[in-house]
Amino acid sequence: MAAAPARNIGNWWFAAVLIAALALWFAGKGTVPWAFDYPKAWMIPAMQWVGGFSKWLVDQAHFGLFTFKELTRFLAGLVDFPYRIVLSLLATGFLEGQGSAAVQIVPPLPWWAVTIIAALFGHWAGGRKLALFTTACFLFLAAFRQWDSAMVTLASILVAAPLGTIGGILLGVACYRWPLFQRLIAPVLDLMQTMPVFAYLVPVLVLFGFGPTAAIVATLIFAMPPMIRVTLLGLKGVPGEIHDLAAMVGCTQAQTMWRVLVPAARQSLMVGVNQVIMLSLNMVIIASMIGAGGLGFDVLTALRRLDFGAGIEAGFAIVVLALVLDRLSQAAADKLGAPQASTEGRSFVQRHPHGVAAAAVAVMAILLAYMAPVLQAYPQALSVSTGAFFSDVVAWINVNYFDALEGFKNFILLNILVPAKRLLFTVPWIGAVAVLAALGFKLGGWRLAVLAGTLVFLIAATGQWEKAMITVYLCGTAVVLATLIGVPVGVLAADRERLWRGVQAVIDTLQTLPSFVYLMPVVMLFRVGDFTALIAIVAFAVVPAIRYTVLGLQKVDPSLIEAGRAMGATPWQILSRIRLRLALPDILLGMNQTIMFALSMLVITALVGTRDLGQEVYIALTKADIGRGIVAGLAVAFIAIVSDRLIAGAAARQKAGLGLA
Amino acid sequence: MSDVLLSCRKVWKVFGPQPLPPTRELEGLGTEELTARGLVAAVRDASLDVREGEIFVIMGLSGSGKSTLVRCLSRLIEPSGGEILFRGEDLLTADTRRMIEIRRKHMGMVFQNFALLPHLTVLENVAFPLDIQGMERKARAARAQQMVELVGLKGKESFYPRQLSGGQQQRVGIARSLAVEPDLWFLDEPFSALDPLIRREMQDEFLRLQGSLKKTIVFITHDFDEAIRLADRIAVMKDGVIEQAASPEEIILRPATPYVAKFTENVPRAKVIRVEKIMVKPKAKSYAARVPVRSNLAEAAKALKPGVAVVGVVDASGAFVGEIRREALTAQIMAG
Repeated sequence: MAAAPARNIGNWWFAAVLIAALALWFAGKGTVPWAFDYPKAWMIPAMQWVGGFSKWLVDQAHFGLFTFKELTRFLAGLVDFPYRIVLSLLATGFLEGQGSAAVQIVPPLPWWAVTIIAALFGHWAGGRKLALFTTACFLFLAAFRQWDSAMVTLASILVAAPLGTIGGILLGVACYRWPLFQRLIAPVLDLMQTMPVFAYLVPVLVLFGFGPTAAIVATLIFAMPPMIRVTLLGLKGVPGEIHDLAAMVGCTQAQTMWRVLVPAARQSLMVGVNQVIMLSLNMVIIASMIGAGGLGFDVLTALRRLDFGAGIEAGFAIVVLALVLDRLSQAAADKLGAPQASTEGRSFVQRHPHGVAAAAVAVMAILLAYMAPVLQAYPQALSVSTGAFFSDVVAWINVNYFDALEGFKNFILLNILVPAKRLLFTVPWIGAVAVLAALGFKLGGWRLAVLAGTLVFLIAATGQWEKAMITVYLCGTAVVLATLIGVPVGVLAADRERLWRGVQAVIDTLQTLPSFVYLMPVVMLFRVGDFTALIAIVAFAVVPAIRYTVLGLQKVDPSLIEAGRAMGATPWQILSRIRLRLALPDILLGMNQTIMFALSMLVITALVGTRDLGQEVYIALTKADIGRGIVAGLAVAFIAIVSDRLIAGAAARQKAGLGLA
Repeated sequence: MSDVLLSCRKVWKVFGPQPLPPTRELEGLGTEELTARGLVAAVRDASLDVREGEIFVIMGLSGSGKSTLVRCLSRLIEPSGGEILFRGEDLLTADTRRMIEIRRKHMGMVFQNFALLPHLTVLENVAFPLDIQGMERKARAARAQQMVELVGLKGKESFYPRQLSGGQQQRVGIARSLAVEPDLWFLDEPFSALDPLIRREMQDEFLRLQGSLKKTIVFITHDFDEAIRLADRIAVMKDGVIEQAASPEEIILRPATPYVAKFTENVPRAKVIRVEKIMVKPKAKSYAARVPVRSNLAEAAKALKPGVAVVGVVDASGAFVGEIRREALTAQIMAG
């Protein structure tokens, strides 16, 4: 057993460092003040560096043939052109002239034409049921007067998703072809997945200005990494025999890639497309902060005005759009991934009935618009507004249950949140660096120790310590609560088939919703503040806790449970001694995901007035201050990376100990 | 003796820390000595000749290096040392473009798990190698259609691979590998993933095809029965070394090593020796009982039903090329 002594050394180190750190903590601020408040003189001026660099980039950077500014203008044009076309088609119509003097030369597609075309797409991809569902969703958007905003949002997605997919595939292929490129890009992808979404917005805002183009660029950056990963995984999953086949029939390198490997990986690529669409929707909503417009903007303004009725309506519209996009893209993925019936020897119309019908509807709609403009808009008489109703409901709840809600809120605040916050504020940064480094050493050797120590130190050294502690306190409390709720729910659902199906339907839906939507109901009931943020985070982060618990429990080898029963173990013993024990690595991984979800939501809750790193990024965004935004964003990413690596290390050790690895 | 189409000389495939020593230095070393130098040899000093028109079977259990060897022969894997001569041209010195050309024009391969492209129909899969070469659409469709019919899949042209049974999928694989009319046909455990009954059927089908095509074949299998059933010559591999390369009869009757002998000890002579070895010139014009020239003595014995004294031997075209009398057959079988 060569590993045992090494592990013991890790344990000893950890215990020693922990005791030293605790001693420092109790000794208090009076003895060594610099260990508690990071001294100003040692501060790393990262904000200025980043700010200066971005200034240089915008003002002076020159790549020989063109300047950086010209590059961003070119990219913006690349995105802007298709966006204008799609937006004109769906929302504004094609205009002649500028500003208020603009004259509409071709009207946009009316609501009924878009609905029919979407339904036709649904029918093609998933049959009559999906067609009906699609129709219902689009009618909902029209009837609740969300049509125009929804079309603006949809236009952004219709541009961002295909570009993100193509870009992701190209980069994924490049990663596959050139391992060096993959090694260069892998850390960037890691960082991008842990960076809070707001942090992307700051540099994009500075480089591309305020408006839909910048929003789409931010969406692209956000949605592309998963596609790159999926492409790379898909290509790596192609069986060796298929590679041999390509070589044996004499494929050139390009033929091997585009004629054999990429088509053979098609099914996994389609999974990626669905992800790109859902992430695009999420980001387009958030990017309303830098001018995306559409439904996200409606929610944002409603939040700012505390107009709950309007906010809830727009929120529902986002939910509906998310549901319909998810179903449509999944069905289309299945359809395209599966073989199609042979269409040889039939006419064009017979081969493409849906496409032809959709084109016919579009042409007819445009022609009708000239002849009978009345049909253009959804009839006012048939529209419904629930805004006032929801405002009334909220008012009613607040009138009648104010005390109960307030009592609950204060109880949690006073007994959990405030003490936790106080406690964390007194932690000396140097102690945290040492303990986390020692924990890293114990769980994953010196590499992990250096990584954890360095990242935590950098948070302190860039002056983010206090805000980071608020982040940790909010996130930590939320994760504990989410775990306390999620694991029992998972245990209950794991062996009750019907309950699990119900729970699964709920959490699948929750996962497709853009994170923005979570804020609406909580703000209405609890107004702004840490508690509101906490509830929204828990609601968002409980999903992986449930999912991984169920998966872990269901994965336990049934013969072990049988063996337990044969030994006369009670159901409780089987659960606690066998099933939970073996599912522990999976539950830990679920907790890891819970933390990631919590951090990504935490940043969004800056909108409801938290004082953490997320708020810092949000402020940077409103001031277009790249340095401030990036540094705070990186601090969040560092917290995510440290917790991710530590928990992954713990899960791996658990797994190895159980012989499951 | 016919001409040698493919021959490999002292081929090695060694894994270990780079840079690997020149394989000349490794000749004669055993597994322990290689391990001591931190090396693992998947193929060790392999030399063999595949003659024009024969079925050459490489037989070995899993981990014996047979798959690695066949991939070295087609240069799907880069050998660590040695020579691979295809019509006298050393493949290991050919550049990428030349290799592509050789594979496009002269080689075909059938894979254990079929390696069909899931997004293409049966016909498109078969036409794929032709498409890659840039053959014009109509011509390649016609050629692919011919191949599909050759393997008995007429009517399934527009099916997708996943809609076919395992046996049918492998027929597609066979049709695809034959579409370019290769001179050298590699089959890498083509029937191992199939049920035993289907496997038997596919072996018969394979022999029927070969009867008319007369390709030069390198056939990989882990199944000794399959090897002696199909092979003109067999190479038995163990731990990367070719233990013996000879005709099935030779292998059964005179196994070169104890390892080979273990495979052969339970194989009855009657199942190995082919009728062509003991038949004599046909004396009659026609015979009521007949067996194909490639069948073995056991099959001939089955044809000699009670009351039949002599069986005729027919070649692929159906002409009588010999006869066997009951006494001769009994004597041969009893001798084993």
